[in-house]
Amino acid sequence: MEFLDNLALGFGVALSLQNLAYCFLGVLLGTLIGVLPGVGPLVTISMLLPITYGLSPVSSVIMLAGIYYGAQYGGSTTAILVNLPGETSSAVTCLDGYQMARKGRAGVALAIAALSSFVAGCIGTALIVGLGVPLAGWALRFGAEDYFALMLLGLVAASVLTHGDLMKALAMVVLGLLVGLVGTDVNSGAERYTFGLPELADGIGFTVLAVGIFAVSEVVSNLEQKERREIFTRNIGGLMPAWADIKASILPTLRGTAIGAFFGILPGTGPSISSFSAYMVEKRLARDPSRFGQGAIEGVASPEAANNAAAQTAFIPMLTLGIPGTATMALILGALVMNGVQPGPSVMTRSPELFWGVIASMFVGNAMLVALNLPLVGIWVRLLTIPYRWLFPAIILFCALGNYSLNNSAIDVYLCAAVGVLGYVFAKLKCPPAPLILGYVLGPMMEENVRRALLLSEGDLSIFVRSPISASLLVVSALLLVTMILPAIRRKKEQAYSEG
Amino acid sequence: MKSKLAGNQDALAGLIFIALGAIGLLIALRYEFGSSTEMGPGYFPRVLSLLLVGFGGVILLRGLRSGVAVDGIWAWLPLALVTLSIILFGAAIERLGLVPAVALLIAVSAYAGHEFRPGEVAILTAVMAIFAAAVFVWGLSLPYPLFAWSF
Repeated sequence: MEFLDNLALGFGVALSLQNLAYCFLGVLLGTLIGVLPGVGPLVTISMLLPITYGLSPVSSVIMLAGIYYGAQYGGSTTAILVNLPGETSSAVTCLDGYQMARKGRAGVALAIAALSSFVAGCIGTALIVGLGVPLAGWALRFGAEDYFALMLLGLVAASVLTHGDLMKALAMVVLGLLVGLVGTDVNSGAERYTFGLPELADGIGFTVLAVGIFAVSEVVSNLEQKERREIFTRNIGGLMPAWADIKASILPTLRGTAIGAFFGILPGTGPSISSFSAYMVEKRLARDPSRFGQGAIEGVASPEAANNAAAQTAFIPMLTLGIPGTATMALILGALVMNGVQPGPSVMTRSPELFWGVIASMFVGNAMLVALNLPLVGIWVRLLTIPYRWLFPAIILFCALGNYSLNNSAIDVYLCAAVGVLGYVFAKLKCPPAPLILGYVLGPMMEENVRRALLLSEGDLSIFVRSPISASLLVVSALLLVTMILPAIRRKKEQAYSEG
Repeated sequence: MKSKLAGNQDALAGLIFIALGAIGLLIALRYEFGSSTEMGPGYFPRVLSLLLVGFGGVILLRGLRSGVAVDGIWAWLPLALVTLSIILFGAAIERLGLVPAVALLIAVSAYAGHEFRPGEVAILTAVMAIFAAAVFVWGLSLPYPLFAWSF
């Protein structure tokens, strides 16, 4: 019963007073900020990244993970009460959750969202426990060429599955890879793209990039429009769901969990696709699909379960392979690297207390979320009424102060402002920011692995197809790209034919 | 044609990628390329820059053909004010101290919003200054003077 020992080790770490406190702090801050309208998990995490750098790696990941699922959770509260999704994964929850709120069943919707998230979170975490060891064991056999191919697959999958334009996503990945090159080249000691600035010798700071591209640009995007919301603060209704509500939610929750867990493991997909798919599945299966969009409880239970399960299982590739599947995971991976942890399969063997401690903390954190959210829903509701004109200067302040505090360097603050401008322009031009962050995080590792592989093969490129692992990963990447590009070409051709 | 290009979502994105790729390539030409066996520091930058120019080109061409316009309005003024507030913060924190830097950032960024209510901004400034001092100076004991007048 090796995994019991592992879990025991993990709980030993997670239940230490200090880590309990950080877990609680993370969950609390995450919920608190996630509830605030217009502030999703990405903004929350990037804004709070600097706070965690003073902590030990375990504590910092525990806290970041707490912020992540706390914010994810807070997003659903906003979705139900304000019809304003904090992030894309809560968008589906708006459909029925908000209708339930309008019918005076906001309390029930919130409770079901909390409970189904909790169930999904626990099952998702259990999956990490079960899959983590074999996956890491498998990955330990990887050579440099296999690693390169795996990262390439991660980047391709992230671009293909990102919502929006494939070409732009790919361009953003390449740009991210380039940005990742800034700094001193490990092999030759040459400085690349530093413009002679000593501050850039260690590369562009991860927080500079994350905060600028996610938080600053998001604030500016929000300032395009006047804020208008309709909030249900008075008539929330009872929190206690009726037995019929619970019964109606059990199967959707389990199905949502399964769908979410699957998409969470796939790189690049994450919570948004999973909650949307889960909703569609429920609608298909429903005896009376017309209830959906009118306040069907399955429409809350299933996507909420799905996005929470995906949020948990997304940790599997990140922790075992060192491949972040989503932008959030890239942020957490970046935090690990900042803390001096070399990500990859060896994390589990080299620092088991980190791996298992973080996993055990997820059980703890999910339980805290339920305990925190249901009784305190009144407070969260009041937070919703804080106008954005008070929030955004505070967010900007956090971004600036956080970046300054890392190196006590004003250069980081200026760089962050510049990245923010670029981030906003990219957002307007519908260029997705997540692939850029993924490229930035994976870039240096990819370069190192290509170099190592080609050094070992004496420059023979065929090493990438001679290894069966690498070859199959490359084939999968190519297939993904081709299947995405082909329909576009076919459509063009058909268009051409019909015109001609 | 020019006015059309200025609002063309894909064409603009393509141009930006091409420009960034070209700059990257120009700089990378100064780094040693090396060989496949022993990659020099210039190997990756050049390959990536070329790729970026390539992707940018495809996006530009597609944009010129499709002509999808940029969604909504550009929030130039908020963007400028928010950026300015961050830069002012960076410049002020070392010369004026934490509290003035916070005040500058809050005041200038708040002006980027749709409503600027001086009273509210003053309260917000006070709250955030105390908060920042409590967390960063007293809590994390970072060595930032609250007020420092050194030019």
